[in-house]
Amino acid sequence: MTDTLFGKFASGDPLAASRLMTRVERGGPDAEEVLRRLFPAMGRAYRVGLTGGTGSGKSTLADALTRRYRDDGLTVGVVAQDPTSPFSGGAVLGDRIRMTGAAGDPGVFFRSIASRGSQSGFSVLADELADVLDAFGRDIILLETIGVGQLEYKIRYSAFTTVVVFTPEGGDEVQGLKSGLMEIGDVFVVNKSDRPGADAFAADLRSTLAFRYGNAAWSPPVVATVADRGDGVDELVRAVANHRTQLEAGGGLEERRRQGLRYRTRYLAEEKINGSFWGNPYIQRRFDGIFKRVVSDGLSPYEAADLLAASLRIDEKNQ
Amino acid sequence: MNRPIKILIAKPGLDGHDRGAKVVANALRDAGMEVVYTGLHQTPEMVVEAAVQEDVDLVSVSVLSGAHMTLMPKIRELMNEAGMESVRLIGGGIIPEKDAEELKEKGVVEEVFGPGTDTRDIVSFIEGLFESAG
Repeated sequence: MTDTLFGKFASGDPLAASRLMTRVERGGPDAEEVLRRLFPAMGRAYRVGLTGGTGSGKSTLADALTRRYRDDGLTVGVVAQDPTSPFSGGAVLGDRIRMTGAAGDPGVFFRSIASRGSQSGFSVLADELADVLDAFGRDIILLETIGVGQLEYKIRYSAFTTVVVFTPEGGDEVQGLKSGLMEIGDVFVVNKSDRPGADAFAADLRSTLAFRYGNAAWSPPVVATVADRGDGVDELVRAVANHRTQLEAGGGLEERRRQGLRYRTRYLAEEKINGSFWGNPYIQRRFDGIFKRVVSDGLSPYEAADLLAASLRIDEKNQ
Repeated sequence: MNRPIKILIAKPGLDGHDRGAKVVANALRDAGMEVVYTGLHQTPEMVVEAAVQEDVDLVSVSVLSGAHMTLMPKIRELMNEAGMESVRLIGGGIIPEKDAEELKEKGVVEEVFGPGTDTRDIVSFIEGLFESAG
């Protein structure tokens, strides 16, 4: 692979960063080489996740937070994920529309990514793009999940501070409990809080959190915002900073890094194991043979899967 | 593994109508492409900044305001300066035939699609661009 690209990347060329991200997106050995080479430069950025339902205002909050961090002289990277259509495989990536404050500012790098085959609201691939921005020297990285409401818990392995965004009509806290969002939030936001019912919703949220976290070292605060007016954004920045301070003081940051690396390592190993299993010609032949018995001899898929899994051990003995 | 064709649909300039751009964005998505849409009132600088950060394979610019002879060459020029010489540009909107020919001759755009274009023609044109490139 071209060393010039890495050279340009090191000198801060945004197109080089962008092209390296595309290599990561394309996958395969090139992608691994990029991530391996950049790995020593990663780990400096502070990662903040933004998750919540569709239309809760994640992108607008990302824009507001970006402005605030830029005012503080910090550089910002944003990776925003949007859903891929399961029917066509295509996607419309519209999160940039809200990033009105970042235009023309070289201190902000915004990248959109489609969810593609991922079952997660923030895929490992999206996290790898964040890694590139981390190595690119961004101080803060904002990770924006897709907005479906139930799949975002894995953002927990990417972000150090996870911000969960609700709107007053985004319902009832029971929905929140169901979706698992209540478990992953370090900071909660009630956005569009100029709408009716915001105070009652925030109060409900606070009492639920108080009940859940009791005397824990960190009890997630609830921040009311009106993101498009910038209301409450200062308080949100403070809440994120407080969480960061608490993590750093209590060893929690190292623990989160470890969890993230552990998740990533396991994920990569699974991918490789999966690939070498299905890519193995012996397994392919065995699969064809065993599957014939499912179709014609009434073998159950469960027995078939056991036989297939056992084939791997047989194959290992043969080697 | 490969990435689907990634396209930036941009609305530079002052006109406030993006129905056409949105129709095209949806058609391209339905054809399996990834479409970054940036919204209205973009400057040429903003369009190119988005193209760089998203590393798109193609930029599609829609202009209805009549400023296409300024905006489109400016975007092409800025893309070239940014190192995106090899990334192609297509145009859409209200563009007189004569202007469209001139933009194509000067190598500003690959093609211009006016009102009433069947979105399937746009899809097959784009697919053709990338098939020939391999």
